[in-house]
This record gives sequence, C-alpha cells and structure tokens, in this order.
Amino acid sequence: MSTTATMVERPPPQARGWPRRRIAGYALVCLWILFGLGIVSYLVLAWNADFFARYAPAYLRGLGVTLALVSISMVLGAILSVPVAYGRMSSNRILSGLAYCYVYFFRGTPLLVQTYLVYYGLGSFRVELQSVGLWDFFKDAFNCGVFAFALNTAAYQAEILRGAIESVPRGQWEGAASLGLHKLQTLRKIILPQALIVALRPYGNELILMVKASAIVAIITVYDLMGNAKLAFANSFDIQAYIWAALVYLVMVEILRHGVEWIERRITIHLKR
Amino acid sequence: MPAQSIWTLLSWGPEGWLDDIAYGALITVALALATLPIGLTIGFFIALAKQSEEPSLRLAANIYTTVFRGLPELVTLFLFFFGMPILLQHLVRYFRPDATIDVNSFVAGMIVLALIFSSYASEVFLSAFRAIPKGQYEGGYAIGLSNWLTMRKVIVPQLLRIAFPGLENCWLSLLKDTSLVSVVGLAETLRNAYTAARVTKHAFLFYGVAALVFLALAVLSSFASGAILRSLGRREAQR
Repeated sequence: MSTTATMVERPPPQARGWPRRRIAGYALVCLWILFGLGIVSYLVLAWNADFFARYAPAYLRGLGVTLALVSISMVLGAILSVPVAYGRMSSNRILSGLAYCYVYFFRGTPLLVQTYLVYYGLGSFRVELQSVGLWDFFKDAFNCGVFAFALNTAAYQAEILRGAIESVPRGQWEGAASLGLHKLQTLRKIILPQALIVALRPYGNELILMVKASAIVAIITVYDLMGNAKLAFANSFDIQAYIWAALVYLVMVEILRHGVEWIERRITIHLKR
Repeated sequence: MPAQSIWTLLSWGPEGWLDDIAYGALITVALALATLPIGLTIGFFIALAKQSEEPSLRLAANIYTTVFRGLPELVTLFLFFFGMPILLQHLVRYFRPDATIDVNSFVAGMIVLALIFSSYASEVFLSAFRAIPKGQYEGGYAIGLSNWLTMRKVIVPQLLRIAFPGLENCWLSLLKDTSLVSVVGLAETLRNAYTAARVTKHAFLFYGVAALVFLALAVLSSFASGAILRSLGRREAQR
C-alpha cells in the first residue's frame, strides 16, 4: 500500500465518559423532566371533574375573546401603521416629526399604562365623549382594549414596515421608474413583494407579542383567557386555574411560531441555493 | 369639595401626589436595576449552554427559553406569585406545621422579570457568540490561556460590544415590564398613579404622568447607553 495517498484527517474521537458539561446537562434535563412530571402529577392529583365542567367552557369562551381581540387589533394596527410608516419615511419635517413622536410614545411606555390611559383615563372626559356620541364605545372594556392595542401595535408595525421597505435597495425604485411605472405601481408590484419577505418574521414576532400581551386586558375586567383564569382562581383558590391558562398560551405561541417558520420556509424557496 | 387645581394635585407634599409618584419611579428603577445583573448572568449561561456541543445542555437551555418566551409575562407573574407560596408551604409544613409564607411582591417581580429578561438576553448573547470567529478562541488557547481565561480576557470583551444594542432593547422592555408588577401590589409608578387616580378622580392626568415617567426613563437610558457605547468604542480605539 502506498503511503503517499492523501492523508484524510480523521474527525476527532467522540467524547466519551462523563465530562462536567455532560453531567450538568443531564442534571438540568432531569430537573426539567421532574418539573414537568411534577406539574402533570399535580394536575392529575388535583383533577376535579367539577372544576373542569365549570370552567372549561369559560376558558374556551375566553380563548375566543383573546383571539378576537388580537386579530381585530392586529388588522386595525396594520391599517393604521401605513400612514404612520409613510410619515416616518416622508421628507416633510413636520410629518416625520409627528410620526416619530407617535412611535416613540407607544414604544416607550408600557402597554399596561396605555390601556389604563384609555380605559380609566378617558373616563375623565365622559361629558365630552357623550356629547360626540363616543361614550358608548369607550364604556366597554373590550373596545378600550382593542383601541389601546391597535394604537400600540400600529407603532410597532409601522417600524417593521418602514424597515422592510427601506431594506429594498434604491436601485429597485430607479429600475421601476426607468420602466415607466409610477410610484404606486412600483410599490405594489416591486417593492412590497420583496419587503414582505423581510417583514414576515418581525410581523410573526409582533403577533406572538400581541397574543402574550393580550393577557393584560384581564386587568381591565375583560374576560379573555387570562380573565377567566383569574376568575376561576378567585373562586377556587386552585393554582391549576393558572396552570391550564399557561398551557393554552404556550401551545398557542408555539403553533404561531412554527407556523411563521413554515411560511417563511415556503416563501423563500426561490432564494435557497 | 372644591375642585383642586391640577398644580395642587401635582405638587410635592401631603396635598399633591408628585412625591408618591416620584417614590414609585424610584421603586421602578430599583426593581429594574436589581433584576438586570441576575438576568444578565442567567442569560449569559443559557447562551453558553445553547452553543455547547453537549446535546443535553442545549436541550435544557432550549426548554428554558421556549417556556419563558412563550408564556405571557402576566401569567408567569401570577403563577409565581400565587403558586410559590403554596409550594413553599407544602415544603415548610414538614418542618414547622404552623408556618405561613408570603411572597414579597418586589422579590416575586424580580425573579419573574429575571426569568423573562434572561430568556430574551440569551438569544442576544447567542447571536453575539456566533459573530465571534473561531480563531479568537484558538488564538487564546495558542498563547496558553485556559478555557476560563480565554472566555474572560478574549471573548467577553468582544461579546459585550456586539451584544450591547440587543441588550439595550432587552433593558427597555424590562423597564416597561416592571409596570406589570403593580398588579400584584408593588407600589411602583403605575400603582401609585392608580391610587392617585382613584382618590382624586383625575385618571387621565395621573396615568398621563405615569406614561411620562416611563418615557423619561426610556430617554435617560438611551443617553446612558450612548455614553456606555462611546466608552466601549474608546477602549476599542486605544488598543
């Protein structure tokens, strides 16, 4: 056998035995398994058919309220984010200043404060609101939640939209202009299809954040999933009320996360090499 | 009762509420600052575990981030605030049957915020780790530094600079998340604004003030982070 054959470097031998990091890893995984088993066994031991019969329909209704709240405010926010993003990108000083202040305010203050401002704060202007006929709208906690959430997510979505549109190189605009497309056509046919691929992941993150944030409407007496969990806990002092709600939220977020990843894989197939 | 003017309501002292809100702002800042080192430490180790070649460590770290990024902050807080006393009580009852346990809302808030902050910070650290080329580690080993010294002297200084903008975002959301702890009764900015609004019936005014406090904190932290970033950059330039 010739020894001149090219020597292929062998991969390093697999680590055997129990190095410290493996012990730590196994210990941590065991801890998680114990934790999971603890929760499952607690739920089994504390299984209470009465509790389930009483609150399961309420949880389902609450889930419906949560989904409605999130989807309505996401859509309204998306609509509202278009003029805000336009303002942010505009070369008009006043317009871009206004849009900047809007975005800064809604991103710089907690959503809980904004929700309180709408739900409790607008109550200070009851007479004025009544005279314009808007009081009936703001009397309802759900509407206030949607209003606050839509304003909040509009600020975040405007930034996502702006970032995505600005990520498309200038040459694309110029190329479209040289082909004789006007601005709106360029935006619709050339810029947006490229921008939305960039924007998909941030939009997905924003949706997940909204689902998670929607739990705070429970504090302003909306009976969403969290609100019903709060009610069930207040009536029964049974911590499984919150554990069930936590499981539902976790499943919801994981479905959304994997859904977004799946869509992203699908729509970027043509970019794969 | 004659309507009090806005300026009386916002004055400093027994008549006004400004001192209460300022005190609340102090608590907000204290909570966020107390959470920061814990969250950063946990987040750093979670990131280390995530980029380790040991699959069990990666799995454990991924479960951690999936859970704490997937749960709404409020649900985590309530689970912890109401669940922890029950759990501890079961444990303590073995030793002292008549003990009752209350969880302090500041401590509960600190722990929950640290869990959430660390799961987001770990992602930031992880992407910063990936941005550091392998040669940096190899260079450290080649001049005879131990694992630990390579980490401390070579990797971490670069890591901090790369991770800084992401960590700043984590800090801003931590600052905003502290408002949630008001729900379990911690007398921070929002809680005191809530009390003031209840007593005086000037809800819009006091929630507006609370919003301004949070805005001011955000502006202050952007100044501070600008200063830190400049000093990090300066140290880089001196080399």
